[in-house]
Amino acid sequence: MMRLVPRTETSLPWQIATPILAVLATMITGGALFAIMGYDPVAAIRTIFWDPLFGPAAGYSRPQLLVKAAPLILIASGLAIGFRAGIWNIGAEGQYIIGGITGAAVALAVYPAEGMWIFPAMVFAGALGGWAWGMIPAMLRNWFGASEILVSLMLVYVAQKVAAWMAFGPMRNPEGFGMPGSRNLTQYPSAANPELIDGTGAHWGVVAAAIAVLATWFLFSRHIRGFHIRTAGLAPRAARFAGVKPEALVAFCLGLSGALAGMAGLFEVAGPAGQITDSLGSGYGFTAIIVAFLGRLHPLGILLAGLLLALTYIGGELAQLTLQLPAATVQVFQGMLLFFLLGFDLLTRFRVERRVLA
Amino acid sequence: MTQPEVVRAEAFRAEVFRADGIGKSYPGVRANDDVSFAVLQGEIHALLGENGAGKSTLVKMIYGLVRPDQGQMALNGQPHHPTDPREARASGVAMVFQHFSLFDALTVAENIALGMEHPPPRRELAARITTVSHEFGLPLNPSRRIATLSAGERQRVEIIRCLLQNPRLLIMDEPTSVLTPQEAELLFATLRKLADQGTAILYISHKLEEIRAHCDRATILRGGKVVDSCNPRAHSARELAAMMVGGEMRLIDRTGRQAGDVLLQVNDLSLPVPTGEGTALKNVSLSLRAGEILGIGGVAGNGQEELLAALSGEMRSAAAAVTLDGKPLGAASPEQRRKAGLLTAPEDRLGHAAVPDFSLTENTLLTAGTRKELVRNGLIDHKAAKSYAEQVIKDFDVRTPGPGTAARALSGGNLQKFVIGREVLQTPRVLVVNQPTWGVDAGAAAAVRQALLDLARAGAGVIVISQDLDELLELSDRFCALNEGRLSAPRPTEGLTLDEIGLMLGGAHGMEVASI
Repeated sequence: MMRLVPRTETSLPWQIATPILAVLATMITGGALFAIMGYDPVAAIRTIFWDPLFGPAAGYSRPQLLVKAAPLILIASGLAIGFRAGIWNIGAEGQYIIGGITGAAVALAVYPAEGMWIFPAMVFAGALGGWAWGMIPAMLRNWFGASEILVSLMLVYVAQKVAAWMAFGPMRNPEGFGMPGSRNLTQYPSAANPELIDGTGAHWGVVAAAIAVLATWFLFSRHIRGFHIRTAGLAPRAARFAGVKPEALVAFCLGLSGALAGMAGLFEVAGPAGQITDSLGSGYGFTAIIVAFLGRLHPLGILLAGLLLALTYIGGELAQLTLQLPAATVQVFQGMLLFFLLGFDLLTRFRVERRVLA
Repeated sequence: MTQPEVVRAEAFRAEVFRADGIGKSYPGVRANDDVSFAVLQGEIHALLGENGAGKSTLVKMIYGLVRPDQGQMALNGQPHHPTDPREARASGVAMVFQHFSLFDALTVAENIALGMEHPPPRRELAARITTVSHEFGLPLNPSRRIATLSAGERQRVEIIRCLLQNPRLLIMDEPTSVLTPQEAELLFATLRKLADQGTAILYISHKLEEIRAHCDRATILRGGKVVDSCNPRAHSARELAAMMVGGEMRLIDRTGRQAGDVLLQVNDLSLPVPTGEGTALKNVSLSLRAGEILGIGGVAGNGQEELLAALSGEMRSAAAAVTLDGKPLGAASPEQRRKAGLLTAPEDRLGHAAVPDFSLTENTLLTAGTRKELVRNGLIDHKAAKSYAEQVIKDFDVRTPGPGTAARALSGGNLQKFVIGREVLQTPRVLVVNQPTWGVDAGAAAAVRQALLDLARAGAGVIVISQDLDELLELSDRFCALNEGRLSAPRPTEGLTLDEIGLMLGGAHGMEVASI
């Protein structure tokens, strides 16, 4: 008979091992799933995890890795700050959409003016839009005790409606022959978020993600505010005793994660997506939650987890093309990853004891 | 009863409970080692020991909450190895826990019915509660709601719940820690009556005076082993303490303090009940001089936590309600108060005064960032934090492998020494501590008390909030009591009798005279 015994201290080796175990378990279970569906499991796994980086068509897919990973890492860095403090922003997707809209609005308003200031102003407006969308659950929690989990999640659906309204209404391209969607910002030099170095996929969002990783690392390791955030997550009463105002912390965490998500939305709209459409939300805001947890809410972990999740996006598309795997494959993989991670997480807090019945 | 009679009576008293060579290990700890003792019919038997001596583990095994690794237990001559509390209750063991398990919204009778396997009809049960409660001098109205009862009355509910099972062995776990002296006297009268009717009582405590006054025999545990068994009346409290800690108790040095200028003043402070539950503070006023120790007594839940929060800055008030050196601080944040020299140490070590999952180094940053310059311009100086943690560990004899150890890995006493040391070494103008030695072994408690006295001698003002009257009498120059959020006028500790203190603490609460 086996039973779980609580550990006196959380085990560090297990904390590092569980994400790796979760990835392996996802591969094995995913392979088994493919086998049942009649696909060659080895080929499928190789197509998803290996071919995007080293396969025959890697030249096309490799730059996509950074394109997909940048928004994930940028959003997850912000989410991790809140999650460490026990403040659960589940609505990054909505903040991402609103940030994309407010950032693009700057460009669309001044079109066709050119100027060095336009793109920075868009980034700022995007961050501001995401911040404001994040402040709604923050204020509702502080004033009325509303759950930020529910409010932020519900606001995702509101944001999607706003995006559809913009695409069909105020932001519709006047020269677009009545098609829904805004002007294409990639064709507007002052507003475009281009590939900075050819063949890498790196745009300004990648730079922002790198800065976000370094900044969160600095915040948590060196700054007293990072210490207070961790304290609030582990022992709220101790945080209050140390002088943390819970309301201020809620506003800081939801505002900051909203701003980063909003920025990610702007980089996407001005770059890879190019325009405001009704399908502006692409699921990055939700996938970033998996990235944050898979990365153990640690900046370095988030960097690696963001790259891995980006890989599943690209690999999933590749598998769709070459093996005709269903489109839902990516979601199944991401779901399994989170499932296994949370499952194996038990081992960091408990150890398995084999017990002989007396 | 005089001594010889006790001895003679023991000769033909039956053994109700016997433990033989009981052992129990937890990872890294030998909680009980070869424990053997017997409880006789009709005696009040004390189980005496420091925190961590193994008392709780032992009674949990008797009550079926924990199973021993080795040894035999017998109840009324029959093997006693309960697998759960229900089985233990069925064979005649009842236990009153230190922390009550009662539903506030339900009545006395409803609560008692919930704890029974086959509760009788409500009316019959109410009648039985009334009968039993009067028979034992514990007046209790079965239709009162628990929320309206005092701590002493709540304890009566737990006791009556046990008595309705007609237990052979009644276990009481530190029952007087929540009672005023008068309520405690009432309890002992009841226990004596029960014992005279033949119930064996196992009484757990580390309060030496009450054990000397009321118990027939004492089994003393130290480090999980039985070190002695004696008649507590035949020994002084000092001798018992020496058996308990295995050495002479350190004497407290109270000398060399001089009262100086008024440092801290609290002026007509009233605060509403904080969110959810708690006690409202009502017109609290006090003043504290340099070099003085002010003791604040009271039964738990009468506003102690709220008073500490109002002084630490966790709860804000009107600016003028709290002043230090005449400067208003009532609206200041905890950090501003620390900067001004007003430091505090809350009761709850794990989760309030310290973060369990943080190392000791990280835990210094909770309060010492500003005064010890561990944080400058928002940047943490990890090296300075580590050396401050090392200094606290060294100066306060905190037993731990090092400053990198997580706070949760320390024993209660060592963590308490760390928490107090962290504040004392910041040389506060005023230090406010709540329950500074709660759950702390005698050696560590003496060290903490001495540190507070030394701090006062150096010219700081100290407020000690505590439920341990002995501690307050030992430390404080003036004494006042918190009762339902009101603070009584202070009185000089010298010459104060326990009776007077009891009246200050209890107000009119739960003071019915036993109808024995």
